[in-house]
Amino acid sequence: MTRRLETLAPWLAFALALAGWEAMVRLNETPPYILPAPSLVLRTLVADWDILSAALLVTLRTTLLALALASAGGLALALVFARWRWSERALFPFAVVLQVTPIIAIAPLLLVYLETEAAVLACAFIVAFFPILSNAVLGLRSADRNLVELYELYGASRWAQLRLLRLPSALPYFLGGLRIGGGLALIGAIVAEIAAGAAGKGAGLAFRIVEAGYRLNVPRMFAALTLVSLAGIAIYVAFSALSRLSLRRWHDSEA
Amino acid sequence: MSADAPLVRLRGVGKTFDTGLRALDGLDLDVREGETLTLLGPSGCGKSTALRMMAGLIAPSEGAVSWRTGARPEIGFVFQEPTLMPWASVEDNVWLPLRLRGVSKARARAAVDEALERVGLADFARSLPRELSGGMKMRVSIARALATRPALLLLDEPFAALDEITRFKLNDDLLRLRETMRATIVFVTHSVYESVYLSTRICTFSARPGRVTQEIAVEAPARRDAAFRASPAFAQTCQRASAALERAYGLEDAP
Repeated sequence: MTRRLETLAPWLAFALALAGWEAMVRLNETPPYILPAPSLVLRTLVADWDILSAALLVTLRTTLLALALASAGGLALALVFARWRWSERALFPFAVVLQVTPIIAIAPLLLVYLETEAAVLACAFIVAFFPILSNAVLGLRSADRNLVELYELYGASRWAQLRLLRLPSALPYFLGGLRIGGGLALIGAIVAEIAAGAAGKGAGLAFRIVEAGYRLNVPRMFAALTLVSLAGIAIYVAFSALSRLSLRRWHDSEA
Repeated sequence: MSADAPLVRLRGVGKTFDTGLRALDGLDLDVREGETLTLLGPSGCGKSTALRMMAGLIAPSEGAVSWRTGARPEIGFVFQEPTLMPWASVEDNVWLPLRLRGVSKARARAAVDEALERVGLADFARSLPRELSGGMKMRVSIARALATRPALLLLDEPFAALDEITRFKLNDDLLRLRETMRATIVFVTHSVYESVYLSTRICTFSARPGRVTQEIAVEAPARRDAAFRASPAFAQTCQRASAALERAYGLEDAP
């Protein structure tokens, strides 16, 4: 019984919160341009689906492309860092500067230099890059010292050591970086879209939120916001599942 | 060199690590073919460093390590921890030394099966390390060291982390392996009883920087078993080894 309650608890709490919200709006007769009821948000989501789904696709495409580039780039640079220690000393400060400078402050500059779409992609890339890079570096370094000695004892080539030992050792860390980077890439894309304020065909979810705000179309703002949240959750769940599938046989974190 | 020259010869060997730690000083040591030699001393006396030197994993700061065969002979190395790759099955872990030399899994099959057979784990070839007990993992580690049919087997306190019952069992396993494999064994331990039970010769080490303080030949029946462990000869040799250790450390403590 308590077990069942534990599984149901989060759903129950969520349903209660929504019901409370709905009741508050109805009882107080709050106008929708101040706070729309959840039912109205849902109706708006259905009614505006054409516009919103197109915007969702734009934002998702940017996010996933940025994440793919950040993964490839982060892993490649991590391999360079692991191979030549001085390269890490030389280049890591740049990565840190990019990481600690708020993306919202970099975005306007990127928008000056780049096409809007490229600038948005660059922003999403920048925020996703650092956690993937630093986790991959940590992972490549975390190979068991004794196993490294064993590989040396049997005269393993650098390539064999990388392929058979360092990359598998790094996998849990890399997947952890991916999970953080996935959420951050979405945030980067949203922030950049807002800074860009791009209209027309290339408009993402964040632009639709800004645009609806100008028109005081608060229900649509909520509908778009719901999609942003859902996209973030989906990305997190997808990477958690990936991590679970690839590690559950041998790594303690997913046992 | 002549045929009855020692398999490994260390002469005037000293080692200072980058950290400034002086691990060995003036170490003279011969490993004779067919013997089981124990390096006995407390933790941190440099005996593991000496073992790694025989494996060619560490170069001496001064003095020389030479092998009778000129080049380093085929070596199997067992660490204090099982040091298995957690993502690889038992058979893939045992295959590793051969794999690193370009032997395909199919061609390594016979050697891998034989090694697993020797340690009594033939039924667990496809298990993952996490599914095994501590003693079984250690046996996989030994099987891996046997996979290349080494002329020299080096063991670095391999049973230190195991409970006493498992330890006794593995000691007996090792004795049986020695009978069938005819490999030369060098065994590092801080256990006086283990050293007497397993070896044909004991070298006690001084405190760091380590060198050999005394050599003790172990008189034992052809078959070592529980009866040997209970015999007066066993107790006597243990006393001699303990006394040698005490002398080495008593002198070190003197002002």
